[in-house]
Amino acid sequence: MVEKQFRIIDETGLHARPATKLVQQASKFSSDISLEYKNKKVNLKSIMGVLSLGVPVNAEIKIIADGNDEEEALNSLDELLRKEGLAE
Amino acid sequence: MGILKGIAASSGIAIAKAYLLKEPDLSVEKRTVEDVDGELGRLDEAVRRSQKDLEMIREEVAENLGADKAAIFDAHLLVLNDPEMLTPIKDKIRTEKVNAESAVKETADMFIGMFEAMENEYMRERAADIRDVAKRILSHLLNVPLPNPNLIKEEVIIVADDLTPSDTARLNRRFVKGFTTNIGGRTSHSAIMARSLEIPAVVGTKKATEEIQHGDLLIVDGISGEVHVNPDEELIAEYRRKQDAFVELKMEWAKLVNEKTVTEDGHQVELAANIGTPDDLQGALKNGAEGIGLYRTEFLYMDRNELPSEDEQFEAYKAVLEGMNGKPVVVRTLDIGGDKHLPYLPLSEEMNPFLGLRAIRLCLERQDIFRTQLRALLRASVHGNLRIMFPMIATLEEFRSAKALLEEEKTKLLQEGRQVAEDIQVGIMVEIPATAVLADHFAKEVDFFSIGTNDLIQYTMAADRMNERVSYLYQPYNPVILRLIKNVIDAGHKENKWVGMCGEMAGDEKAIPILVGLGLDEFSMSASSILPSRSLIRRLNKKKMEQLAERVLRMSSSEEVLKAVEEVTGLGRK
Repeated sequence: MVEKQFRIIDETGLHARPATKLVQQASKFSSDISLEYKNKKVNLKSIMGVLSLGVPVNAEIKIIADGNDEEEALNSLDELLRKEGLAE
Repeated sequence: MGILKGIAASSGIAIAKAYLLKEPDLSVEKRTVEDVDGELGRLDEAVRRSQKDLEMIREEVAENLGADKAAIFDAHLLVLNDPEMLTPIKDKIRTEKVNAESAVKETADMFIGMFEAMENEYMRERAADIRDVAKRILSHLLNVPLPNPNLIKEEVIIVADDLTPSDTARLNRRFVKGFTTNIGGRTSHSAIMARSLEIPAVVGTKKATEEIQHGDLLIVDGISGEVHVNPDEELIAEYRRKQDAFVELKMEWAKLVNEKTVTEDGHQVELAANIGTPDDLQGALKNGAEGIGLYRTEFLYMDRNELPSEDEQFEAYKAVLEGMNGKPVVVRTLDIGGDKHLPYLPLSEEMNPFLGLRAIRLCLERQDIFRTQLRALLRASVHGNLRIMFPMIATLEEFRSAKALLEEEKTKLLQEGRQVAEDIQVGIMVEIPATAVLADHFAKEVDFFSIGTNDLIQYTMAADRMNERVSYLYQPYNPVILRLIKNVIDAGHKENKWVGMCGEMAGDEKAIPILVGLGLDEFSMSASSILPSRSLIRRLNKKKMEQLAERVLRMSSSEEVLKAVEEVTGLGRK
C-alpha cells in the first residue's frame, strides 16, 4: 500500500472537470485507489464518491493505492494533479 | 387533421415532421426474479448499450457544437461506469432477487436524494446527471426509446413542453426547422432562441405534446400562431404558397439591409441587434444591424465549470467589436442571479430571486468577478466602438460604485502599459421603476440609457413574466409603462444623452409607432426583427406618431392604446 498527501490549489476545488480527469485516470489501474478527506474515504474510481466529498480549495487530501500497480497509479495521479494545476 | 393555437413567437412557416421531445414513460414495476444471472446479464447489456449511446452523442456534440458542450457526456459516462453505483445495483439483484429495472431505479433514487440534499448548488445539479444516466439504462431495460435530439438527422419540428437554453444548445441547428411548445410567451427563452435562429415558432399551445404524435406532419405558422397537425394536401399547397410569399417579403426586406432607418418625414433612428455570443454576429450583420444594442455577456459564463478567464473574455469582446467594424457595441456586464445561475458560483437560496442578489448587485459584492470582466472589456476597447452598460441599477450610488471600479481598472491597465480607448461611453440599463422615475438625476451622470422592458414591465406590474397565471399583467402597452419610458427618454434628451431600448418591446410592430413618437433614439432587438422594423419605420410619419404618443399616454388601459395604434397605422388589420 502506498499513499501521498496533497493540497488542492484549484480555485473551484475538486469539482467538475478536475474530478472527472482524476477519476478517468484512476480507472486505468487495477489497484484499489481511494481518496481521503476529513477522515472520510471514498473510491477514487467513483465520480459520485469523489464529488460527494465536496473537496474545496486549500483542502488537504490523501490518495491511497493498494494493489499490484499501486506505485505506478500513485505516480500518475501525482503527475496529473500537478500538471493540471489542481494540487501541490 | 387538427389545429392548435398558440402565440406566434418567431415568424415564418415551417413544414416538417414532428420530433416529440417528451419524457417517455419509464415507470418501473418491482418483481422478484428466479434467474439472477440472467438479470445481471440484462443489466450488463443495458449498460453496454447506454455506453454506446453516450459515446456516440458525445462525438456528435463535439463535432457540431464543440468540445465544451460535449464535456457533460464525459461526466455521464463516468457516472454510468461508477463502481459505487453499479456494485449496489448488482448486490440488490443478487441478494433481493429483484429485477434489474427496480434495482437501478432504487439505487439511482438513493444517490439522487443524497446529491439533491447537498448544500452546494453544483452538487445538486449532479443529481440531474445521475437521473439522466439512470433514465438511459432504464430505457434500454424497458425497451422504450429515449429522445436523442443531438442525433437528429432529418428536417424536423421540435414539439416540447418547453425548451430550456440547454435543450436548444444541444439541438442540431441544421435540421431543426421550427418549434412548438406547450408553455411560454413572446419573451420566453424558447421564443427568443427561435428568433435568433430565425426559425418559425409557436409557443404556449398548452397541449402540443398531447395532441401531436412523434412523426406527424406539421405546419408551424409563426405569423398567425397556428400549428396544423397532419394537414391535407390542399392545406399543404396553400402553405407552400404562403411560404413562398413570406420568402418574397423577406427578399423585399433584404433590400433594406444597407439602408438607413428614416421615417417618411426624415427622422432617423438606429436599429441594433441583441446578441448572446460572437456567433450571433453574422445574423446581426446579415439583417442590417446598425450596431449591437445588447451583448448579453452571461453566455460566456454559462454551460461551463469555471469562471471564464480575462483572456478568454477579451477574445470574445474583441471578436464582436472587430466584427462590427466601428459600429457601436453595447456590452452589458454580467447579469446573473434571478433565474440564471452558474453551477460553479453557488448563491444562497432566496425567497424572491428576481428581487435578490442579481446583476450589478452581485457584481458589486463579488468584485473579483466584476473586475476581471471590466479589465477584459477595457483591453478590448481599442478594437472597436465599445459602450459599457451596467444592468439592474437602482440607485445612483450603485452606478457610481460600478463606474469607480471601471476607472480603477482603467488606471491599473494604463500603468501596466496597456492601451485603453479614450471615449468609452458608460451607461445603464433602465429596468427598475425607481430608476425610470429618477432618470433626470441619472441622466446627469450616465452617457446613455437603454430601457430593458422585459424586466421593467415585470417589476412595474409586480408580475412574474414566466408565471402563466399572471402573464395577463405583462402589458407593454399599458400607459404606465409608456409614461415611464417617456420619462426616461425626456430625461436623457434634456442632458443630450441618447436613449435606447433593448427589451422585446423595441422590435414589436405595435410598440414601434409609439416609441418613434416618444423620440426613442435606438431600438435593439432580435436580429430577425430588424428588417421588418426598418420597413415599418420607413412608412411612419414622426409628426403623426408624436400625436399618437401624446394621445395614448393619457389613456387608461392597454386595450385602448392598442386600438389607437391599430387605427392610426393600420397594423393588426388582416
